[in-house]
Amino acid sequence: MTDAITAERLVKHFGDVKAVDGLDLTVPFGTVFGLLGPNGAGKTTTVRILTTLLRPDSGQATVAGIDVVKHPDEVRRVIGLTGQYSAIDEYLTGRENLSMVGRLYHLPHGYVKERSAELLERFSLTDAADRPVRTYSGGMRRRLDLSASLIGRPSILFLDEPTTGLDPRSRQQMWEVISDLVADGTTVLLTTQYLEEADQLAEKIVVIDRGHVIAQGTSDELKTQVGGDRLEVVIHSGSNLEDASTAIRSLADGELTLDVTTRRITAPVSGGSTILVEAVRALDATGVSLDDIALRRPTLDDVFLSLTGHAAEEVAVDADKPARGRGRGRKGAE
Amino acid sequence: MATTPAPEQMKRPMFGWLLHDGFVVTQRNLIATTRVPEVLFFSLVQPVIFVLLFAYVFGGAIPIPGADPDAGAAAYREYLMPGIFGQTVAFASAASTVGLAEDMQKGIIDRFRSLPMAASAVLFGRTASDVLRQVLVLAVLSVTGLIVGWRIHNGFIDAVSAYLLLLLFAYAVSWIGCWIGLHMPNTETANTAGLVWLFPLTFLSNAFVPLTGMPPVVQTIAEWNPVSAVVLACRELFGNPTGYISDAWPQQHPIAYTMGSCALLIGIFATLAVRKYRQSA
Ligand SMILES: Nc1ncnc2c1ncn2[C@@H]1O[C@H](COP(=O)(O)OP(=O)(O)OP(=O)(O)O)[C@@H](O)[C@H]1O
Ligand SMILES: [Mg+2]
Repeated sequence: MTDAITAERLVKHFGDVKAVDGLDLTVPFGTVFGLLGPNGAGKTTTVRILTTLLRPDSGQATVAGIDVVKHPDEVRRVIGLTGQYSAIDEYLTGRENLSMVGRLYHLPHGYVKERSAELLERFSLTDAADRPVRTYSGGMRRRLDLSASLIGRPSILFLDEPTTGLDPRSRQQMWEVISDLVADGTTVLLTTQYLEEADQLAEKIVVIDRGHVIAQGTSDELKTQVGGDRLEVVIHSGSNLEDASTAIRSLADGELTLDVTTRRITAPVSGGSTILVEAVRALDATGVSLDDIALRRPTLDDVFLSLTGHAAEEVAVDADKPARGRGRGRKGAE
Repeated sequence: MATTPAPEQMKRPMFGWLLHDGFVVTQRNLIATTRVPEVLFFSLVQPVIFVLLFAYVFGGAIPIPGADPDAGAAAYREYLMPGIFGQTVAFASAASTVGLAEDMQKGIIDRFRSLPMAASAVLFGRTASDVLRQVLVLAVLSVTGLIVGWRIHNGFIDAVSAYLLLLLFAYAVSWIGCWIGLHMPNTETANTAGLVWLFPLTFLSNAFVPLTGMPPVVQTIAEWNPVSAVVLACRELFGNPTGYISDAWPQQHPIAYTMGSCALLIGIFATLAVRKYRQSA
């Protein structure tokens, strides 16, 4: 069987901005695929090309084996999309929104009714189902938006930052839904800036920056690329940071990272837990007292930092930020 | 998670889907109208205010050639109402412009474009719902007209024909409105751009003043303006004073010219709008 999603040397420029610049992707059926990248990396543009909303300047892409440029109508039959910005009708109720989308997927009336009720229940929207969406909170809109893309039980689902702007509980709920979908055999491509999310959900992760892939693999593979463990030490405010650095430098494999404001020293180390003991001894010997000391495996944050040379922005970029699309200020979900 | 089994998408010929999807979108637009009754209310109030202003402020000041000179203000009101009808339905296009711009801005068009629906259904639904709203507007306007002294003098068939011509004209300008709306970067711009062209369109016509008083160039424009044709056709069909009728072909055959020019406008602007809609952003 062919892959669920493929992209080959995909290019989309907006004037001087190389939003997507020679991107290659392969997503096997039945997997969750994470597209990870900082603001402006080209995630949304990629998703819009794959979901037929945007034509690439060059390159090829297929979804379920169908060419997205040549046969967009056929692609639309098998996909579901929850975009980064809310795409539901403010004036209709939640139920009316789902029913409209279901009918436009050309699904039988009875099915649409049943499926809407089921999705509203699943996303805890039953109580609000018959209220106009403009009375919904940001998180409720986000969940309704996701429900709308699930109404036809698409075999391939695109989620552009599905959990941005959700509270921890809703986020957890969203993660469960995504896992359930995959257990049912759905292929999911999700974009995210939350490294934790990609780590948790995606079997395979592609890191993109400035429109092209800079790394890919499972989250373990990516972490291995960055190297071994990290020793993290937070120095007590009464102690000297310089002394502590000197003590730790002798144990480290490479450069230390020093954060003066949080009084945190991070050092790449090897040797497992014995290094922890040595570090405590060395620091004790110089008379430095500690607030915290820990040994941790690299996170995707570290992966990011080492690959892109800049940290992933963890600031929640909510759907409210102005879309750049043709200077349109799009009112978003949040 | 799901218990409902995976559905079969239904099969139908393409044109059947266009009708189905157009109907779904029309319904959605009409439901939205009922959810913000304020918008509908003010779209009704505006033409009513026009009637009152023109009827009572300009009333006697504008003599209608051919009308009974003693009738004065009363004749002008009879003359005026079809003009207001014409102007009001022309403004239907602004609703299409703003409606589409709003849908784009709020991302609903993105949702529609990711669905396997007939693409042009969004536009057919938009124009259909905007014209359907005009039925209500015309009803309210007609009642206002009757109150200020306007009357339908010819038969039922003629009156219905006049209303149908007005709706046809509304449909045609609504497509122009759609085409403009698809070019709008946001609703604020759409609010202005949807209206500006309507003022010259409706004022360079016989809607409020007879053609006789106009400078020759303006008069020629007004003679060929479809607004003049639809307004004149209504005056004839309702049996209201027509004012001066020039020798220009559209003035001599207002009904035929209205139908022909509307068909042409729909042909041109529906094609342009559908093409623009299909072009990926
Ligand atoms: N319609 C457009 N016109 C002009 N530039 C655009 C357009 N859409 C995207 N861009 C630019 O292309 C680049 C990639 O944008 P894109 O939205 O794909 O990024 P992203 O990875 O989704 O970012 P974010 O995390 O902020 O959502 C950005 O520099 C953006 O400004
Ligand atoms: Mg994005």
